[in-house]
Amino acid sequence: MVREPAAGVVRTYGRGMRRTPFSPSFWRSPLRGTWFTSVLGIVLLGGITLLFVTGLLSYAAYNPNLSAVNDKTPDKGILGFYLFSWPTDPHWLYRLTQGVHVTLGITLIPVLLAKLWSVVPKLFTLPPARSLAHALERISLLLLVGGGLFEFVTGALNVQLDYVFPGSFYPLHFYGAWVFFAAFVAHAVLKTPMALRNLRQLREERDELASPDPDPPTVSRRGALGLVGGGSLLLFVTTVGQNFDALRWTALFAPHGRRDPGSGPAGFQINKTAAYAGVSAADRNDEAWRLTVVGRTGTVRLSRSELLQLPLHSSALPIACVEGWSTSDQWWRGVRLRDLAALVDDDGDPPDVFVESLQRHGAFRKAALRANQVADPRSLLALFVNGEDLTPDHGHPARIIVPAAPGVLNTKWVARMTFGDL
Amino acid sequence: MRPRFPLPIGSPLQILLLACSFALAAYAGLQLLADDWFGVALWIVGAALLHDLVLLPVYAAADRALVKAAAPRRQWVGYVRVPAALSLLLLLVWFPLISGQVAGRYARATGLSADGYPARWLLVSAVLFGGSALLFLLRLRRETKQRPPDVH
Repeated sequence: MVREPAAGVVRTYGRGMRRTPFSPSFWRSPLRGTWFTSVLGIVLLGGITLLFVTGLLSYAAYNPNLSAVNDKTPDKGILGFYLFSWPTDPHWLYRLTQGVHVTLGITLIPVLLAKLWSVVPKLFTLPPARSLAHALERISLLLLVGGGLFEFVTGALNVQLDYVFPGSFYPLHFYGAWVFFAAFVAHAVLKTPMALRNLRQLREERDELASPDPDPPTVSRRGALGLVGGGSLLLFVTTVGQNFDALRWTALFAPHGRRDPGSGPAGFQINKTAAYAGVSAADRNDEAWRLTVVGRTGTVRLSRSELLQLPLHSSALPIACVEGWSTSDQWWRGVRLRDLAALVDDDGDPPDVFVESLQRHGAFRKAALRANQVADPRSLLALFVNGEDLTPDHGHPARIIVPAAPGVLNTKWVARMTFGDL
Repeated sequence: MRPRFPLPIGSPLQILLLACSFALAAYAGLQLLADDWFGVALWIVGAALLHDLVLLPVYAAADRALVKAAAPRRQWVGYVRVPAALSLLLLLVWFPLISGQVAGRYARATGLSADGYPARWLLVSAVLFGGSALLFLLRLRRETKQRPPDVH
């Protein structure tokens, strides 16, 4: 039986019961109601699904099954069921998927907050559970709300380099996403049909969210939705520009917004500077530095001037970071990865490659690239960018640049490349 | 005689769906909690509690105080509520950068300075409140003009 205070009970005890949130009449906002919640819910249904899919794609983009160094969640088990070889076309693929992931995540924060606000009276419904199914649903809601907030908070903190969460970002955000999504799917299956009915107004639902004793309105429901949408719009227009060099100045609050770290050809955005990665001037001195290339037929050591003797090629490719910022295409020039492979492997098809950097710190100072990435003619060991020598912060003496790959796989300050099937 | 449960069962379909959801959540949750189970559990439960029992009551109470202060001229509530909500939203989302708590790491990692964030937040807030005040003035003027002239 559904036990809810009858109208008369509320009227009789209303004054006393209004003081506690367990009474429906404690909640006075005239905005709450199934229509308001349904609109927000449908927006989140689409938005969070897109966040989940782009998040899974980002994991696939790291090629985690290629090598242990690419995989920060090696105990994923069946959660990696969908993994595939990340393509190199179109060359802006990761820029798009990860730009969408982070920009959309930031944009949805007001919608999430409004949705949680709209249903908060249900947190206090009495009795705590009407049935076993209802009790389980309420436990699931803890995973939904806690897991959802956890995902949004860890994401927003990570893009701002605020690593206060309890552990490494990759496993927390990846496994947390699955916990959240498990609860999200159940919630969506249980609630979407009703939300759609509410929006189409095919059937008059009993409005359990509406206040039984509302205050006079200070804003209409459409006006409140306008505020939520305005908040999303404000976050969007001050964030999305961090994905385009020409619009960067519009990204007033995004971590890689407003301006570039330098001027001139190599002035574009930097993920980690040489100093931060622990690469000293002595390490990358042109006299001392040698690139070691290892393969099936032996080992070759090349100085930078020897590399310059090899055929040089150009490609226009972006830097696209997991943190959801990217540069427009930069003009890279260097030696094709497949030409380097051919130096140490007489077999026709380029194999995978294991790349090691001079850098002392960083989760990705070693990274693996798959054969399709090595074989792509646009994949370079770059020595120049935009017509000039690489700068220290962009990976001088030499860096990897691969179309559509996440930024961290474009290893900077390369010291050693081992070609072979991984 | 039928056994008496403290609770009715409810929809069996819903129970199956939620059991499936819990099983998947637990499968991922085992890995999520593998390293620092207490810290992670604290963050997940803490996030829900902090939001539902602190953040939401605080902003709801602030809004209620605003409405009360505005009474009986409720029409100007929105002119304060909207810029305040937008300004606080920006502060909430970009707090690490605006507060400067990551300024050192941010500068060393990216080669950019984080000094501009608090100033930009204040400027955007000024524009939001200022723009809202301007709209309010325009509305007041319009209403004054539309009002029938007083008896002389």
